[in-house]
Amino acid sequence: MADDRAAATASGTATPPDGQWPLWEVFLQPPRGAPFEHAGSVHAVDAESALQNARDVYARRGEAVNIWVVPTTAITASTPDDVGPFFDPGNDKPYRHPQFYSVPRGVRVY
Amino acid sequence: MPDSPDAVSAFEARIAAGETIEPKDWMPDRYRKQLIRMMSQHAHSEIVGMLPEGNWITRAPTLRRKMGLLAKVQDEAGHGLYIYCGTETLGIDRAELVDQLLAGKAKYSSIFNYPTLTWADIGAIGWFVDGAAIVNQTMLAKASYGPYARAMVRICKEENFHKRQGYEIMATLSAGTPEQKRMAQDAVNRWWWPSLMMFGPSDKDSPNSAELTRWGVKRKGNDELRQRFVNLTVAQAVAIDLVLPDPELRHDAESGNWHFGPIDWEEFTRVVHGDGPLNRERLAARQHAHREGEWVREAAAAYAAKRGAKVDAAASSAAA
Repeated sequence: MADDRAAATASGTATPPDGQWPLWEVFLQPPRGAPFEHAGSVHAVDAESALQNARDVYARRGEAVNIWVVPTTAITASTPDDVGPFFDPGNDKPYRHPQFYSVPRGVRVY
Repeated sequence: MPDSPDAVSAFEARIAAGETIEPKDWMPDRYRKQLIRMMSQHAHSEIVGMLPEGNWITRAPTLRRKMGLLAKVQDEAGHGLYIYCGTETLGIDRAELVDQLLAGKAKYSSIFNYPTLTWADIGAIGWFVDGAAIVNQTMLAKASYGPYARAMVRICKEENFHKRQGYEIMATLSAGTPEQKRMAQDAVNRWWWPSLMMFGPSDKDSPNSAELTRWGVKRKGNDELRQRFVNLTVAQAVAIDLVLPDPELRHDAESGNWHFGPIDWEEFTRVVHGDGPLNRERLAARQHAHREGEWVREAAAAYAAKRGAKVDAAASSAAA
């Protein structure tokens, strides 16, 4: 159903059958070079108004210097069910961490 | 399909370990339902909460007060949207939530069914109602459901301004002419008890409390939060020379708490069930506002359709 909503807007019929505008996920970049972070979502007819709604809803006090809005349906996410196997390759490699390696006593490495 | 006991105990173990539950995680059907109920009521309260204050924007006594109140009311709209957005992650549509409110099927905080008779009421709302909301929402910022907790963090950051603008209004009136002071005291007299009711029935009479506590949605009981609010507020009232309307109010040295008198739960029940001073007016105002916005929604949709058509045309001519 969500896919139908996005498709309906893309082809120019902006009022989807369930009377609800498409959903957009909002990401904000805080000032001073911090990375973008998910803030929430907004409903809007198109990308331009999604951006304006996102500003009014999530950035009333200088919280952001940049905003991304992304159609919710365009996001592909990992699923909780395979959280174990999916992230496993990263968990069993201690040699990726500096503590794995020994240095002579008293030497300052970093 | 009933939830399997194994799945429920694994879920409760996650809660006990302090893990956050996210939208795609498995959760008991009842947890989902309780959250939809609680979060949507909370969102509706933010939206309806704009009405008693919006009523005074055009009559604010100075430009400074008017700017402050406008910004506060705009925040309340934002807070409603944060929580609607969180509620949607549980699998219910925004349109359905809005329909429930407009159809009068949804509950919202009873406090907003009381009238704002004078400018001092705007001060009392900021001081008491937002003050009580902060106590409650600070607790909910640690709720087990991630999207709810994150919405609360965002709200708490903004709400201190609401409380301070209200308290400043009350302090100013209290230090003003005798008539202004009387107005402030009258607002305190009318808003104090309904504000204490905002925390909900005593835990022993609250049908949802035990379950919500077990699942980490609520980290503290209604009575504990109410007591915390009273303890915080007494000194604030003394500082601006206003009297909380409770003859039983006294400090209990042993517990360190301010003891307060009994709450009129019959009044609470009456207002919750639709018989408050302004239940019908609030709903009618909300329905009116929604109807008045229809042309804006139509215009936005027509504009998007027109632009979509242009984009399509450009794409097909580029392809050709």
